[in-house]
Amino acid sequence: MITAKGLKRTFRSRKKSVEAVRGVDLAVAPGEIVGFLGPNGAGKTTTLRMLTTLLRPTAGEATIAGHDLLSDPGGVRRRIGYVAQAGGTDSGAKVEEELVQQGRLYRLPAAEARRRAGVLREQLDLNGLEDRLVKTLSGGQRRRLDIAMGLVHEPPLVFLDEPTTGLDPQSRANMWTHIARVRSELNTTVFLTTHYLEEADALCDRILVIDAGEIVAEGTPDELKRRVSGDIITLEVGGDPEDARRVLANGAGQAIGLREVDVRDQTLRLTVTEGDRALPAIMRELDGAAVELASIRLHRPTLDDVFLTVTGRSLRDEQA
Amino acid sequence: MQTLTDTWLIFKGQLTKSLRNPAWVVIGLMQPILYFALFGPLLKNIVTMPGFARGTTWQQFFVPALLVQLGLFGAAFVGFGIVAEWREGVIERMRVTPASRLSLLLGRVLRDVVTLVVQSLVLLVVGLLFGLRAPVAGIALAFVFVVLLAVAMASFSYALGLVLKSEDSLAPFLNSIMMPVLLLSGILLPMTIAPAWLNNLSKINPFRYVVDGMREAFLGHYGTSSVWVGLAVAVAVAIVCAAWGTRVFRHENA
Repeated sequence: MITAKGLKRTFRSRKKSVEAVRGVDLAVAPGEIVGFLGPNGAGKTTTLRMLTTLLRPTAGEATIAGHDLLSDPGGVRRRIGYVAQAGGTDSGAKVEEELVQQGRLYRLPAAEARRRAGVLREQLDLNGLEDRLVKTLSGGQRRRLDIAMGLVHEPPLVFLDEPTTGLDPQSRANMWTHIARVRSELNTTVFLTTHYLEEADALCDRILVIDAGEIVAEGTPDELKRRVSGDIITLEVGGDPEDARRVLANGAGQAIGLREVDVRDQTLRLTVTEGDRALPAIMRELDGAAVELASIRLHRPTLDDVFLTVTGRSLRDEQA
Repeated sequence: MQTLTDTWLIFKGQLTKSLRNPAWVVIGLMQPILYFALFGPLLKNIVTMPGFARGTTWQQFFVPALLVQLGLFGAAFVGFGIVAEWREGVIERMRVTPASRLSLLLGRVLRDVVTLVVQSLVLLVVGLLFGLRAPVAGIALAFVFVVLLAVAMASFSYALGLVLKSEDSLAPFLNSIMMPVLLLSGILLPMTIAPAWLNNLSKINPFRYVVDGMREAFLGHYGTSSVWVGLAVAVAVAIVCAAWGTRVFRHENA
């Protein structure tokens, strides 16, 4: 659905030239929800603006939804939806007017534009708001209208720039449900940017981590977490923790995928390749060696841990 | 063809918004009507002075000038609307649709042209009620001027708004341009009674020719060069401004 090679964008202001995006390669398959994760200023929006024909790349090439970005931007525009961070609905217009006009701008006949507006109101929980002025909508409603605007022409691919920034936690979770449903019902490919780890984790099939204009890691949320830091299992034992350590390190180390053991008082902190698979093996081994187990806990690393490992900085610092 | 459809769509949306909030249309019209009612009568005895075309009534002198003023000031400030739309992301959202770039400008300009023509009609009716007498052809010609002015000023204002992207810079910029344009156009008093240096200075202001041309049209003097010079200048200004507006709307970062 998207293939991009070496996308670059340099901004020139006065004498300085800033490389906002320095060579991004992308491959997105149909039906995927791909998250573009990175701190503010990492180049997310610039990349998105290039992919949506708003900004001409300084270098590189891309094929979007079957059309060449550079030679056929009109073809790209017809096949994609784009929802900017700022939204893009007119506060002085009514909800239905905006939806129908947007459909008409996408060359839908008037009746079809009205029908699509109705379908989208239904899908995105906007029914009963058709005659409301956009400026009177709540934050969550307005954001759902933004998304609806990007979907009027049933594009096979939609770009969402920070779809939930500024929403309260409840509206955010609600938005995730809507986005996931758009994909499952229409098989729409979704490419979204976010700096919320929970969002990328909850919503995306695959994540691209971008920092300082370059993609620094990519994979499914699970892969990324596993590859970068492994899972952490914390054990509390009744007897001598050294007994437990010996059992796990010697006999079962291979089966567990043990990388590291750290003992503190009665507690063992194990770093393993795959926590889900290691848990039963650990319990079996300890039981077999008659080591008394008081508690066991699996901690999956967050995407923040991933970001920290890949870039040496925490995403959370950026948000604060 | 597609450009026409898109222009119509944008026009319809913009007009619906204007009609929902007609206060600005009314306020824009109040100014020339106040000028006409409260300043016009002062000209009654002045129009007999040398420097005025012979046999001109103050209404024939002043109404065409006020139409130019309406055209200038009515459309010059539409750029504020585009800054607001840009800030809300409306312009960018439309630029990602297949809609023709040109129509994004033309649809808005068309709305302003319609608004100004309606305002001009009201002003004309007020003028006629207060004793204005002018030939029908001259009035028709005057409306051609109004349309050209509206196209020029609205395109200029939209382009400027999209370039500056801030009301705070747009307001002083427009004011500093519009003030000398008004004073040097001969709208309030004819430049022919000005001292030579001022008269010469006013000749760099294209709108002076528009004002002169419209006055001649109202007098029915189609044979004089003023009408056609004024028309040519108005066409030229409209083309230059519309071309600039189109360029700005096409530009990738607009």
